[in-house]
Amino acid sequence: MQEQDVRMHVNGKQVSGKVETRTHLGDFLRQAAGLTGTHLGCEHGVCGACTVIVDGDAVRSCLMLAVQADNCEVITIEGIAKEDGSLHPLQEAFRNNHALQCGFCTAGMITSLYAFLTENPERNEEEIREAISGNICRCTGYQGIVLAAKEAASKMAKDRN
Amino acid sequence: MKASAFSYHKPISLEDALSLLESEEEVKILAGGQSLMPMLNMRFVQPEAVIDVNEIEELATISFNDNVEIGALTRQKTLGTHSIIKQHLPIMQEALKWVGHFQTQSRGTIGGSLCHLDPASELPMIALLYDAELEVASKSATRIIPMKEWALAYMMPSIAPEELLTKILIKPWGMPYGYGFQEFARRHGDFAIAAVGCLLKLQDGVISEIAISIGGVEDVPRRFIECEDVLRGSKYDIEEVKKQIIGPLDQINYIDDSLVTGSYRQKLLKGLLVRSIEQAASRANSL
Repeated sequence: MQEQDVRMHVNGKQVSGKVETRTHLGDFLRQAAGLTGTHLGCEHGVCGACTVIVDGDAVRSCLMLAVQADNCEVITIEGIAKEDGSLHPLQEAFRNNHALQCGFCTAGMITSLYAFLTENPERNEEEIREAISGNICRCTGYQGIVLAAKEAASKMAKDRN
Repeated sequence: MKASAFSYHKPISLEDALSLLESEEEVKILAGGQSLMPMLNMRFVQPEAVIDVNEIEELATISFNDNVEIGALTRQKTLGTHSIIKQHLPIMQEALKWVGHFQTQSRGTIGGSLCHLDPASELPMIALLYDAELEVASKSATRIIPMKEWALAYMMPSIAPEELLTKILIKPWGMPYGYGFQEFARRHGDFAIAAVGCLLKLQDGVISEIAISIGGVEDVPRRFIECEDVLRGSKYDIEEVKKQIIGPLDQINYIDDSLVTGSYRQKLLKGLLVRSIEQAASRANSL
């Protein structure tokens, strides 16, 4: 009972394996699936670095067991760019606005904003700041990140209409 | 920062979950996991078995029939947008704005918030305001626990190891009434240093009914009965209210820790209390 088989769709590909039941989703994605773009910071739900998208919702992958994501659709930072490798508007905007320095928080920032802006790209600065209030960045002071999010939001809104 | 090993069970019916609770030793119930998972990762808890209730669909319903009936597994995200909550318990949606972040509300549940019973958590404050009734089930019986008897001590609800919280029953106030919710935290979504919820009815300018709950300032969130008693029946005048609340505020046993002193909490609570009463009164007046 302390090990179980899990199978999930990660970025459109099937990933399966045997895991210890105590393994959280973040460790599973990094170690079993080899997707090391998901960063583990605090592992107690404070820093937001490990955010991934499970069945459409942004979640902290350190606060969900891998066995709980059995049969789920998971999107990680590796699944944000288009299949041909061209960048998502959020990734473009992060590059344009120098929205990262060390990059540790970036995967969680982008997955959070991806879920938030995909649901509704018409968001003002205050809403964007609130959306990333659960993602801690120790380098940038957030200005570049907010600028990038605003730029991406208007691009995503235009693309949608 | 990795959980210790445990056996994992994912029952799909309430009956199966209750059987497991009866048969397993040293169990933790995993709902949204937004408090339990950190405690597992930090090994503050090292259970033998974890019972994951996330697949029990009958626990995730919201309905209205005199009472608002909320299944314990209802996600905070669902509460934040649901039309029944919007219509009957708008203060709950106001309080939810202070609960964590959208990335934690997507998993976090109302039952989890009530059972974890953090001193600063908002949903117990709302349940307190309405004298909610909590339905808990074990394999042999189902019983109702009034919210005022729920908290026994710091993070300790009055629920037995073999019991599971299944439903929260809340009787909404009849119109017209006003509500206010005020909180202060160091960062948006962080634990409240102090928080106040208030429901209030005005009749010819007199406070005819009032309920106040406070969080973040003592070991458990609670009703602020001493304050309700001095305000009930008096004419509403915010300058008078500011004087009336001084006595009750002095009686609170404020948490005094390395980050925030008790006297600072008292000053904050006073300001938030005044604002929440003002907010509730202005809403009551605008009806």
